[in-house]
Amino acid sequence: MKLHHDKHFAAYTKKLNAALAAAGLADVVTTEGALRKLLANVGSAGGRGGSAIADPALRAAIRNNGGGVHVNHQLFFRSMTAPGTSPAPSVVLSEAIDGGFGSFDKMRSAFSAAATGLFGSGWVWLAVDTAGGNRMVVTTTANQDVPYAAKAGVVPILGLDVWEHAYYVQYQNRRPEYVEAWWSVVDWPGVEKRYTEAVEENA
Amino acid sequence: MAFALPPLPYAYDALEPYIDSTTVCFLTKHHNTYVTNVNNVLAGENGGSLKGLSLSAIQKEVVSLPDSIKTAVRNSGGGHWNHSFFWSVMGKTGSIAEAPSGDLKSSIESTFGSLDEMQKKFNTAAATRFGSGWAWLSVNADGQLFISSTPNQDNPLMEGIVDQPGTPILGLDVWEHAYYLKYQNRRPEYIASWWKTVDFDVIAKNYTAAKSGGLPAFDTPLA
Repeated sequence: MKLHHDKHFAAYTKKLNAALAAAGLADVVTTEGALRKLLANVGSAGGRGGSAIADPALRAAIRNNGGGVHVNHQLFFRSMTAPGTSPAPSVVLSEAIDGGFGSFDKMRSAFSAAATGLFGSGWVWLAVDTAGGNRMVVTTTANQDVPYAAKAGVVPILGLDVWEHAYYVQYQNRRPEYVEAWWSVVDWPGVEKRYTEAVEENA
Repeated sequence: MAFALPPLPYAYDALEPYIDSTTVCFLTKHHNTYVTNVNNVLAGENGGSLKGLSLSAIQKEVVSLPDSIKTAVRNSGGGHWNHSFFWSVMGKTGSIAEAPSGDLKSSIESTFGSLDEMQKKFNTAAATRFGSGWAWLSVNADGQLFISSTPNQDNPLMEGIVDQPGTPILGLDVWEHAYYLKYQNRRPEYIASWWKTVDFDVIAKNYTAAKSGGLPAFDTPLA
Protein backbone atom coordinates (compact mmCIF):
# COMPACT_ATOMS: atom_id res chain seq x y z
CA MET A 1 0.00 0.00 0.00
CA LYS A 2 2.80 2.40 0.94
CA LEU A 3 4.65 1.80 -2.32
CA HIS A 4 1.44 2.05 -4.28
CA HIS A 5 0.40 5.36 -2.81
CA ASP A 6 3.67 7.11 -2.06
CA LYS A 7 5.59 6.02 -5.17
CA HIS A 8 3.27 5.07 -8.03
CA PHE A 9 0.38 7.45 -7.28
CA ALA A 10 2.86 10.26 -6.59
CA ALA A 11 4.75 9.59 -9.84
CA TYR A 12 1.55 9.64 -11.89
CA THR A 13 0.51 12.91 -10.26
CA LYS A 14 3.84 14.53 -11.11
CA LYS A 15 3.73 13.32 -14.73
CA LEU A 16 0.13 14.41 -15.14
CA ASN A 17 0.91 17.91 -13.91
CA ALA A 18 3.82 18.12 -16.35
CA ALA A 19 1.68 16.89 -19.26
CA LEU A 20 -1.13 19.34 -18.45
CA ALA A 21 1.38 22.17 -18.28
CA ALA A 22 2.89 21.13 -21.62
CA ALA A 23 -0.59 21.09 -23.16
CA GLY A 24 -1.29 24.56 -21.78
CA LEU A 25 -4.09 23.18 -19.62
CA ALA A 26 -2.63 23.63 -16.15
CA ASP A 27 -4.94 26.56 -15.38
CA VAL A 28 -7.96 24.97 -17.06
CA VAL A 29 -8.04 21.43 -15.68
CA THR A 30 -8.10 22.25 -11.98
CA THR A 31 -10.89 20.01 -10.69
CA GLU A 32 -11.57 16.28 -10.77
CA GLY A 33 -14.65 16.91 -12.92
CA ALA A 34 -12.60 18.82 -15.47
CA LEU A 35 -10.04 16.02 -15.52
CA ARG A 36 -12.74 13.39 -16.08
CA LYS A 37 -14.13 15.43 -18.96
CA LEU A 38 -10.69 15.70 -20.51
CA LEU A 39 -10.10 11.97 -20.08
CA ALA A 40 -13.39 11.14 -21.80
CA ASN A 41 -11.98 12.87 -24.86
CA VAL A 42 -8.37 11.83 -25.11
CA GLY A 43 -9.36 8.47 -26.43
CA SER A 44 -8.61 4.91 -25.39
CA ALA A 45 -6.82 2.07 -27.15
CA GLY A 46 -9.79 0.79 -29.09
CA GLY A 47 -12.41 3.40 -28.39
CA ARG A 48 -13.96 6.53 -29.65
CA GLY A 49 -12.95 10.02 -28.72
CA GLY A 50 -11.60 13.01 -30.48
CA SER A 51 -9.27 15.33 -28.74
CA ALA A 52 -8.57 18.97 -28.21
CA ILE A 53 -4.87 18.13 -27.94
CA ALA A 54 -3.08 17.72 -31.24
CA ASP A 55 0.11 16.05 -30.07
CA PRO A 56 -0.43 12.26 -29.78
CA ALA A 57 2.46 11.93 -27.30
CA LEU A 58 0.84 14.52 -25.05
CA ARG A 59 -2.55 12.85 -25.41
CA ALA A 60 -0.95 9.57 -24.38
CA ALA A 61 0.75 11.22 -21.42
CA ILE A 62 -2.56 12.64 -20.23
CA ARG A 63 -4.47 9.43 -20.85
CA ASN A 64 -1.92 7.32 -19.05
CA ASN A 65 -1.10 9.66 -16.20
CA GLY A 66 -4.43 11.46 -15.88
CA GLY A 67 -6.37 8.25 -15.89
CA GLY A 68 -3.68 6.67 -13.78
CA VAL A 69 -3.67 9.22 -11.07
CA HIS A 70 -7.07 10.60 -10.47
CA VAL A 71 -9.87 8.49 -11.65
CA ASN A 72 -8.26 5.14 -11.15
CA HIS A 73 -6.09 5.36 -8.08
CA GLN A 74 -8.31 7.91 -6.31
CA LEU A 75 -11.23 5.57 -6.79
CA PHE A 76 -9.16 2.55 -5.78
CA PHE A 77 -7.91 4.03 -2.52
CA ARG A 78 -11.33 5.50 -1.71
CA SER A 79 -13.03 2.16 -2.39
CA MET A 80 -11.25 0.47 0.49
CA THR A 81 -11.35 0.47 4.26
CA ALA A 82 -9.85 -1.61 7.06
CA PRO A 83 -11.16 -5.19 7.06
CA GLY A 84 -14.20 -5.66 9.25
CA THR A 85 -15.17 -1.98 9.29
CA SER A 86 -17.54 -1.87 6.31
CA PRO A 87 -21.15 -2.86 6.69
CA ALA A 88 -22.61 -5.14 4.03
CA PRO A 89 -24.06 -3.49 0.92
CA SER A 90 -27.26 -1.57 1.72
CA VAL A 91 -30.70 -2.44 0.38
CA VAL A 92 -30.42 0.22 -2.33
CA LEU A 93 -27.05 -1.03 -3.52
CA SER A 94 -28.01 -4.72 -3.23
CA GLU A 95 -31.10 -4.18 -5.33
CA ALA A 96 -29.08 -2.43 -8.00
CA ILE A 97 -26.53 -5.27 -8.00
CA ASP A 98 -29.30 -7.88 -8.16
CA GLY A 99 -30.82 -5.98 -11.05
CA GLY A 100 -27.61 -6.17 -12.99
CA PHE A 101 -26.38 -9.63 -12.09
CA GLY A 102 -29.14 -11.60 -10.42
CA SER A 103 -27.38 -11.72 -7.06
CA PHE A 104 -24.41 -10.32 -5.16
CA ASP A 105 -22.58 -13.65 -5.50
CA LYS A 106 -23.02 -13.63 -9.25
CA MET A 107 -21.64 -10.10 -9.42
CA ARG A 108 -18.71 -11.09 -7.25
CA SER A 109 -17.96 -14.14 -9.44
CA ALA A 110 -18.12 -12.09 -12.60
CA PHE A 111 -15.88 -9.41 -11.13
CA SER A 112 -13.32 -11.90 -9.77
CA ALA A 113 -13.25 -13.81 -13.07
CA ALA A 114 -12.62 -10.59 -14.97
CA ALA A 115 -9.84 -9.70 -12.53
CA THR A 116 -8.02 -13.02 -12.77
CA GLY A 117 -8.53 -13.23 -16.52
CA LEU A 118 -7.26 -9.77 -17.40
CA PHE A 119 -4.01 -10.25 -19.35
CA GLY A 120 -1.21 -7.77 -18.71
CA SER A 121 -1.87 -4.59 -16.74
CA GLY A 122 -5.26 -3.05 -16.15
CA TRP A 123 -8.30 -2.51 -13.97
CA VAL A 124 -11.61 -4.16 -13.23
CA TRP A 125 -14.65 -2.04 -12.56
CA LEU A 126 -18.10 -2.33 -11.12
CA ALA A 127 -19.83 0.49 -12.96
CA VAL A 128 -23.19 2.08 -13.66
CA ASP A 129 -24.02 2.34 -17.32
CA THR A 130 -25.76 5.70 -17.17
CA ALA A 131 -26.34 5.55 -20.92
CA GLY A 132 -27.88 2.10 -20.60
CA GLY A 133 -30.68 2.59 -18.08
CA ASN A 134 -28.31 2.74 -15.09
CA ARG A 135 -27.61 -0.96 -15.36
CA MET A 136 -24.77 -2.26 -13.17
CA VAL A 137 -21.97 -3.81 -15.19
CA VAL A 138 -18.55 -5.36 -14.69
CA THR A 139 -16.03 -4.08 -17.19
CA THR A 140 -12.26 -3.96 -17.60
CA THR A 141 -9.76 -1.50 -19.03
CA ALA A 142 -6.14 -1.98 -20.09
CA ASN A 143 -3.25 -0.11 -18.53
CA GLN A 144 -4.60 3.16 -17.05
CA ASP A 145 -7.56 3.62 -19.35
CA VAL A 146 -10.88 4.74 -17.86
CA PRO A 147 -14.14 2.91 -18.63
CA TYR A 148 -15.99 5.93 -20.01
CA ALA A 149 -13.38 6.70 -22.66
CA ALA A 150 -14.30 3.57 -24.60
CA LYS A 151 -18.02 3.84 -23.88
CA ALA A 152 -19.57 7.11 -22.81
CA GLY A 153 -21.62 7.09 -19.63
CA VAL A 154 -20.04 4.05 -17.95
CA VAL A 155 -19.33 5.45 -14.47
CA PRO A 156 -17.06 3.35 -12.22
CA ILE A 157 -18.20 2.99 -8.60
CA LEU A 158 -15.73 0.31 -7.47
CA GLY A 159 -12.33 -0.49 -8.96
CA LEU A 160 -9.60 -3.07 -8.50
CA ASP A 161 -6.04 -2.50 -9.68
CA VAL A 162 -4.60 -5.67 -11.22
CA TRP A 163 -1.29 -4.17 -12.34
CA GLU A 164 1.31 -6.42 -10.74
CA HIS A 165 2.59 -3.55 -8.57
CA ALA A 166 -0.73 -3.67 -6.72
CA TYR A 167 -0.12 -7.18 -5.39
CA TYR A 168 3.29 -8.60 -6.25
CA VAL A 169 5.10 -7.87 -2.97
CA GLN A 170 2.51 -9.81 -0.96
CA TYR A 171 1.03 -12.28 -3.45
CA GLN A 172 3.63 -12.60 -6.23
CA ASN A 173 2.03 -14.52 -9.13
CA ARG A 174 -0.99 -15.52 -7.02
CA ARG A 175 -3.39 -12.93 -8.40
CA PRO A 176 -6.55 -14.96 -7.61
CA GLU A 177 -5.53 -14.95 -3.94
CA TYR A 178 -5.13 -11.16 -4.02
CA VAL A 179 -8.53 -10.71 -5.65
CA GLU A 180 -10.20 -12.97 -3.09
CA ALA A 181 -8.56 -11.12 -0.19
CA TRP A 182 -9.44 -7.69 -1.58
CA TRP A 183 -13.17 -8.29 -1.16
CA SER A 184 -12.59 -8.04 2.61
CA VAL A 185 -11.50 -4.40 2.35
CA VAL A 186 -14.23 -3.03 0.07
CA ASP A 187 -16.00 -0.01 1.52
CA TRP A 188 -19.63 -0.60 0.54
CA PRO A 189 -21.08 2.71 1.79
CA GLY A 190 -18.59 4.49 -0.46
CA VAL A 191 -19.63 2.33 -3.41
CA GLU A 192 -23.28 3.18 -2.73
CA LYS A 193 -22.51 6.87 -2.52
CA ARG A 194 -20.86 6.81 -5.93
CA TYR A 195 -23.75 4.77 -7.31
CA THR A 196 -26.30 7.29 -6.08
CA GLU A 197 -24.27 10.22 -7.40
CA ALA A 198 -23.92 8.61 -10.82
CA VAL A 199 -27.66 7.93 -11.05
CA GLU A 200 -28.57 11.43 -9.83
CA GLU A 201 -26.19 13.14 -12.23
CA ASN A 202 -27.81 11.22 -15.04
CA ALA A 203 -31.41 11.91 -13.97
CA MET B 1 2.05 -32.52 -28.98
CA ALA B 2 2.81 -30.55 -25.86
CA PHE B 3 5.61 -28.24 -24.77
CA ALA B 4 7.59 -28.76 -21.59
CA LEU B 5 8.95 -26.00 -19.37
CA PRO B 6 12.60 -25.68 -20.42
CA PRO B 7 15.04 -26.17 -17.56
CA LEU B 8 16.71 -22.95 -16.43
CA PRO B 9 20.21 -22.84 -18.00
CA TYR B 10 21.71 -21.81 -14.62
CA ALA B 11 20.93 -21.74 -10.88
CA TYR B 12 18.24 -19.41 -9.54
CA ASP B 13 20.90 -17.11 -8.08
CA ALA B 14 23.16 -17.04 -11.16
CA LEU B 15 21.99 -13.57 -12.18
CA GLU B 16 22.49 -12.00 -8.74
CA PRO B 17 22.79 -9.24 -7.76
CA TYR B 18 21.19 -7.85 -10.93
CA ILE B 19 18.17 -10.12 -11.00
CA ASP B 20 17.44 -11.69 -7.63
CA SER B 21 16.87 -15.42 -7.18
CA THR B 22 13.31 -14.98 -5.84
CA THR B 23 12.32 -13.09 -8.98
CA VAL B 24 13.92 -15.78 -11.16
CA CYS B 25 12.00 -18.41 -9.23
CA PHE B 26 8.66 -16.64 -9.71
CA LEU B 27 9.45 -15.91 -13.34
CA THR B 28 9.72 -19.65 -13.93
CA LYS B 29 6.25 -20.01 -12.38
CA HIS B 30 4.84 -17.40 -14.75
CA HIS B 31 6.64 -19.20 -17.59
CA ASN B 32 5.12 -22.50 -16.52
CA THR B 33 1.64 -20.97 -16.66
CA TYR B 34 2.25 -19.90 -20.26
CA VAL B 35 3.43 -23.41 -21.15
CA THR B 36 0.36 -24.98 -19.53
CA ASN B 37 -1.98 -22.56 -21.26
CA VAL B 38 -0.48 -22.93 -24.72
CA ASN B 39 -0.60 -26.71 -24.32
CA ASN B 40 -4.30 -26.43 -23.49
CA VAL B 41 -4.88 -24.66 -26.78
CA LEU B 42 -2.85 -27.26 -28.67
CA ALA B 43 -4.92 -30.03 -27.11
CA GLY B 44 -8.24 -28.30 -27.74
CA GLU B 45 -10.51 -27.70 -30.68
CA ASN B 46 -8.72 -25.84 -33.48
CA GLY B 47 -5.38 -26.67 -31.89
CA GLY B 48 -4.71 -29.00 -34.78
CA SER B 49 -3.62 -26.14 -37.02
CA LEU B 50 -0.57 -25.67 -34.78
CA LYS B 51 0.51 -29.30 -34.38
CA GLY B 52 4.04 -29.99 -35.51
CA LEU B 53 4.98 -26.33 -35.68
CA SER B 54 8.03 -25.14 -33.76
CA LEU B 55 7.44 -22.54 -31.08
CA SER B 56 9.05 -19.86 -33.28
CA ALA B 57 6.89 -20.84 -36.25
CA ILE B 58 3.81 -20.54 -34.04
CA GLN B 59 4.68 -16.86 -33.34
CA LYS B 60 4.57 -16.12 -37.08
CA GLU B 61 1.24 -17.91 -37.40
CA VAL B 62 -0.62 -15.94 -34.74
CA VAL B 63 -2.05 -13.40 -37.18
CA SER B 64 -3.65 -16.16 -39.29
CA LEU B 65 -5.21 -18.16 -36.48
CA PRO B 66 -8.97 -18.51 -36.04
CA ASP B 67 -10.47 -16.06 -33.54
CA SER B 68 -11.34 -18.89 -31.19
CA ILE B 69 -7.66 -19.50 -30.36
CA LYS B 70 -5.83 -16.40 -31.62
CA THR B 71 -5.69 -14.43 -28.35
CA ALA B 72 -4.80 -17.48 -26.26
CA VAL B 73 -1.91 -18.40 -28.58
CA ARG B 74 -0.76 -14.80 -28.82
CA ASN B 75 -0.66 -14.47 -25.03
CA SER B 76 0.51 -17.91 -23.91
CA GLY B 77 2.51 -18.94 -26.97
CA GLY B 78 4.09 -15.51 -26.93
CA GLY B 79 4.78 -15.80 -23.21
CA HIS B 80 6.43 -19.20 -23.65
CA TRP B 81 8.64 -18.01 -26.51
CA ASN B 82 9.57 -14.75 -24.78
CA HIS B 83 10.61 -16.30 -21.48
CA SER B 84 12.49 -19.18 -23.13
CA PHE B 85 14.38 -16.60 -25.20
CA PHE B 86 14.96 -14.37 -22.17
CA TRP B 87 16.79 -17.08 -20.21
CA SER B 88 19.03 -17.73 -23.21
CA VAL B 89 20.34 -14.17 -23.56
CA MET B 90 21.49 -13.88 -19.94
CA GLY B 91 24.18 -15.56 -17.90
CA LYS B 92 26.34 -15.49 -14.81
CA THR B 93 29.04 -12.84 -14.47
CA GLY B 94 32.34 -14.42 -15.39
CA SER B 95 30.81 -16.79 -17.92
CA ILE B 96 29.41 -14.21 -20.32
CA ALA B 97 30.83 -11.86 -22.98
CA GLU B 98 30.15 -8.47 -21.42
CA ALA B 99 30.51 -6.47 -24.63
CA PRO B 100 29.93 -7.13 -28.33
CA SER B 101 32.79 -7.86 -30.70
CA GLY B 102 33.29 -8.60 -34.40
CA ASP B 103 30.41 -8.31 -36.83
CA LEU B 104 27.82 -7.49 -34.15
CA LYS B 105 29.97 -4.69 -32.76
CA SER B 106 30.48 -3.11 -36.21
CA SER B 107 26.78 -3.34 -37.00
CA ILE B 108 25.80 -1.78 -33.68
CA GLU B 109 28.26 1.04 -34.31
CA SER B 110 27.17 1.66 -37.89
CA THR B 111 23.46 1.57 -36.98
CA PHE B 112 23.46 3.46 -33.68
CA GLY B 113 26.84 5.21 -33.54
CA SER B 114 28.14 3.28 -30.56
CA LEU B 115 27.22 0.56 -28.06
CA ASP B 116 26.39 3.33 -25.61
CA GLU B 117 23.96 4.95 -28.02
CA MET B 118 22.31 1.62 -28.74
CA GLN B 119 21.87 0.95 -25.04
CA LYS B 120 20.43 4.42 -24.45
CA LYS B 121 17.84 3.86 -27.16
CA PHE B 122 17.06 0.39 -25.85
CA ASN B 123 16.73 1.72 -22.30
CA THR B 124 14.29 4.38 -23.46
CA ALA B 125 12.17 1.80 -25.27
CA ALA B 126 12.17 -0.39 -22.16
CA ALA B 127 11.41 2.45 -19.74
CA THR B 128 8.63 3.97 -21.81
CA ARG B 129 6.70 0.79 -22.62
CA PHE B 130 3.55 1.65 -20.62
CA GLY B 131 2.01 -1.25 -18.76
CA SER B 132 3.33 -4.77 -19.37
CA GLY B 133 5.60 -5.66 -22.27
CA TRP B 134 9.06 -6.26 -23.65
CA ALA B 135 11.88 -4.29 -25.26
CA TRP B 136 13.76 -5.78 -28.20
CA LEU B 137 16.88 -5.48 -30.33
CA SER B 138 15.98 -7.19 -33.61
CA VAL B 139 16.97 -7.62 -37.24
CA ASN B 140 14.41 -6.58 -39.85
CA ALA B 141 13.73 -8.03 -43.29
CA ASP B 142 16.46 -5.81 -44.78
CA GLY B 143 19.05 -7.18 -42.35
CA GLN B 144 19.11 -3.96 -40.33
CA LEU B 145 19.25 -3.75 -36.55
CA PHE B 146 16.37 -1.92 -34.88
CA ILE B 147 14.99 -1.35 -31.40
CA SER B 148 11.31 -1.65 -30.49
CA SER B 149 8.97 -2.53 -27.65
CA THR B 150 5.80 -4.60 -27.64
CA PRO B 151 2.86 -4.83 -25.23
CA ASN B 152 2.03 -7.82 -23.05
CA GLN B 153 3.55 -11.03 -24.53
CA ASP B 154 3.78 -9.93 -28.15
CA ASN B 155 7.16 -10.22 -29.89
CA PRO B 156 8.60 -9.05 -33.22
CA LEU B 157 8.17 -12.52 -34.79
CA MET B 158 4.40 -11.90 -34.75
CA GLU B 159 4.12 -10.47 -38.24
CA GLY B 160 0.82 -8.79 -38.87
CA ILE B 161 0.37 -8.18 -35.16
CA VAL B 162 3.29 -5.93 -34.23
CA ASP B 163 4.18 -2.53 -35.68
CA GLN B 164 7.76 -3.51 -36.45
CA PRO B 165 8.23 -7.19 -37.31
CA GLY B 166 11.67 -8.77 -37.25
CA THR B 167 13.83 -11.43 -35.65
CA PRO B 168 14.77 -10.63 -32.05
CA ILE B 169 18.41 -11.07 -31.05
CA LEU B 170 18.03 -9.59 -27.54
CA GLY B 171 14.99 -9.00 -25.34
CA LEU B 172 14.11 -7.58 -21.91
CA ASP B 173 11.02 -8.37 -19.86
CA VAL B 174 9.50 -5.18 -18.42
CA TRP B 175 6.40 -6.75 -16.87
CA GLU B 176 6.43 -5.64 -13.24
CA HIS B 177 6.86 -9.26 -12.13
CA ALA B 178 10.35 -9.17 -13.70
CA TYR B 179 11.61 -6.45 -11.35
CA TYR B 180 9.15 -5.50 -8.64
CA LEU B 181 10.49 -7.59 -5.75
CA LYS B 182 13.98 -6.07 -6.01
CA TYR B 183 13.44 -2.70 -7.71
CA GLN B 184 9.77 -1.89 -6.96
CA ASN B 185 8.78 1.02 -9.21
CA ARG B 186 12.41 1.82 -10.15
CA ARG B 187 12.25 0.28 -13.62
CA PRO B 188 15.16 2.34 -15.07
CA GLU B 189 17.44 0.98 -12.32
CA TYR B 190 16.41 -2.58 -13.24
CA ILE B 191 17.10 -1.93 -16.91
CA ALA B 192 20.55 -0.50 -16.20
CA SER B 193 21.45 -3.46 -13.93
CA TRP B 194 20.11 -6.04 -16.37
CA TRP B 195 22.78 -5.17 -18.97
CA LYS B 196 25.31 -6.80 -16.66
CA THR B 197 23.63 -10.16 -17.26
CA VAL B 198 23.60 -9.99 -21.07
CA ASP B 199 25.84 -12.47 -22.88
CA PHE B 200 26.95 -10.76 -26.08
CA ASP B 201 28.31 -14.05 -27.48
CA VAL B 202 24.72 -15.33 -27.54
CA ILE B 203 23.53 -12.07 -29.06
CA ALA B 204 26.24 -12.37 -31.74
CA LYS B 205 25.09 -15.91 -32.59
CA ASN B 206 21.49 -14.69 -32.74
CA TYR B 207 22.57 -11.86 -35.01
CA THR B 208 24.44 -14.16 -37.42
CA ALA B 209 21.43 -16.46 -37.60
CA ALA B 210 18.97 -13.60 -38.10
CA LYS B 211 21.00 -12.06 -40.93
CA SER B 212 20.72 -15.28 -42.91
CA GLY B 213 17.01 -15.63 -42.28
CA GLY B 214 17.36 -17.93 -39.28
CA LEU B 215 16.10 -17.76 -35.70
CA PRO B 216 17.73 -17.49 -32.26
CA ALA B 217 18.61 -20.93 -30.93
CA PHE B 218 17.32 -21.91 -27.51
CA ASP B 219 15.80 -24.92 -25.84
CA THR B 220 12.07 -25.57 -26.43
CA PRO B 221 11.69 -29.15 -25.26
CA LEU B 222 8.52 -31.12 -25.85
CA ALA B 223 6.78 -32.99 -23.07
